Amino acid sequence: MWLTDFAQNLINGTLLGGLYALIAIGYTMVYGILRLINFAHGDILMWGVYFALYAVVAFGMPWWLGFLVGIALAGFLGFGIEKIAYRPLRNAPRISSLITAIGMSFFLESLAVVVFGGIPKSFNIYPKFFNHTLIFGHLRIQTLTFFILGITFLLLLGVLWLLYRTKTGTAMRAIATDIPTTSLMGANVDRIISLTFIIGSMLAATSGIMWAMRYPQVQPYMGFVPGMKAFVAAVIGGIGSVPGALVGGFLLGMTEILVVGFFPNLAGYRDVFAYVILIVLLMFRPTGIFTVYSEQKV
Amino acid sequence: MSDVLLEIKKLNVFYGAIHAVKGIDIDVKKGEITTLIGANGAGKTSTLNSIVGLVRNKKGNIIYKGKEVSHLKPDAIVKSGIALAPEGRRIFPNLTVEENLQMGAFFRKDVAEVKRDLKWVLELFPRLKERLKQMGGTLSGGEQQMLAIARALMANPQILMMDEPSLGLAPLLVKEVFGVIKRVKREGKTVLLVEQNAAAALSIADYGYVLETGNIVLKGKGKELLANDEVRRAYLGVTV
Ligand SMILES: Nc1ncnc2c1ncn2[C@@H]1O[C@H](COP(=O)(O)OP(=O)(O)OP(=O)(O)O)[C@@H](O)[C@H]1O
Ligand SMILES: [Mg+2]
Repeated sequence: MWLTDFAQNLINGTLLGGLYALIAIGYTMVYGILRLINFAHGDILMWGVYFALYAVVAFGMPWWLGFLVGIALAGFLGFGIEKIAYRPLRNAPRISSLITAIGMSFFLESLAVVVFGGIPKSFNIYPKFFNHTLIFGHLRIQTLTFFILGITFLLLLGVLWLLYRTKTGTAMRAIATDIPTTSLMGANVDRIISLTFIIGSMLAATSGIMWAMRYPQVQPYMGFVPGMKAFVAAVIGGIGSVPGALVGGFLLGMTEILVVGFFPNLAGYRDVFAYVILIVLLMFRPTGIFTVYSEQKV
Repeated sequence: MSDVLLEIKKLNVFYGAIHAVKGIDIDVKKGEITTLIGANGAGKTSTLNSIVGLVRNKKGNIIYKGKEVSHLKPDAIVKSGIALAPEGRRIFPNLTVEENLQMGAFFRKDVAEVKRDLKWVLELFPRLKERLKQMGGTLSGGEQQMLAIARALMANPQILMMDEPSLGLAPLLVKEVFGVIKRVKREGKTVLLVEQNAAAALSIADYGYVLETGNIVLKGKGKELLANDEVRRAYLGVTV
């Protein structure tokens, strides 16, 4: 029985960890390239979920198309935010863009309250078969779990492939250490940075939609907690490192679920664990698990 | 005789109140090695960075193949055929040697020729060949300089610009790098070389310019400048 519990929790932890990882990748990619903590990242996630919801509810699209539209529009939102709010500040002191990012986060949340209303909406737009429970011995697993794990796994592979197996990905890693020199390679740096925001935002929206399928409530502040946790995951992994974001995301999701699973009376402190792990880790390894190369030999 | 590939007219560079380059004229002739020498702070790097579009606050004309290019951004300049091995090497420390070289050819679509050029630069710098999978940041200073030159060559440029390629290299390596510059010229490429090592630069250059606090104070054939008393005293450390 203990083993079944453990397996059940392992699955749930992987699930949550995967969702964190998808969000954390966007944080870490943007930070890696621009040294900017995009605090609006979680809010882009929330907008993506609303876009998907309205595409289905108001425009009558099939659920899968609505999801894709929501993800695409989130990408467009990320693109616009970078172009309008962050690009003009690229050479300004870092504190300016940080404050802009915080302002952008408030703006997106408030705008969502105005546009969509503050009352939580139900995210009942996906087909019922996702809620079927499959039983394997003592294990009970929802179809949704397989869906989320499958998509997460594919997207993570896709991001790694992009970063380490394509020219564009190599340029993204080059920009992370040296923007002017990357432009000397004949690369259009603005375009690559835009692409990074688009990809990060689309991953966040994908994660947000899957989040909403699991916890089917949509409201303007729903991006805050996942956004914060993913940020912590990115820092744990070593901010700026994509493999770090993956490891950090899974580590965080797994710990949260396992601790709550085995010490149910600590469930109320669940959100605290993220910060405890963060603080303890930073005491011993201030740069996170994966240290990002930033020094240059002169 | 040979025609001018790159013509710089009345170039001025400003950094806030600092007037770093004060209206200089430089002709870079096709197939030749042109060198720009001068002391620290003379404005050599500012000149190269202006040509390649990294410095935006400038006045004057930069004419490449008969077209004004001073308004273009670095990526457009590089695509048009001018590559720079920048001051301080600026290789990507978090990419492997191979990836650094691939970045040099980032904008190129001619896959087969990129492959051929890769073979060629690895033949020019056999040391890099043994280190293709090594991270750029772990190379020695000399190896990094080779990588910076090799990476610039991967753009298959018509004009290769180099900013102090011999800086910090042991004499033997300096010789090797200057040997490569001569080979690059033999391949039919044009070279614009910025150097503090005036003796070495002038001895391989077809034409040279001497820059002093933003002004060109002397110019002439490489051999002539090498024999010039003023140059010998100021830049070659010879007491005349
Ligand atoms: N970004 C900058 N901001 C302010 N001043 C600058 C900047 N870059 C260069 N300068 C100034 O412009 C002048 C010319 O600098 P430049 O780097 O072109 O000289 P250089 O000839 O390449 O010198 P070195 O041989 O030391 O590399 C110097 O006085 C320098 O201090
Ligand atoms: Mg210089």
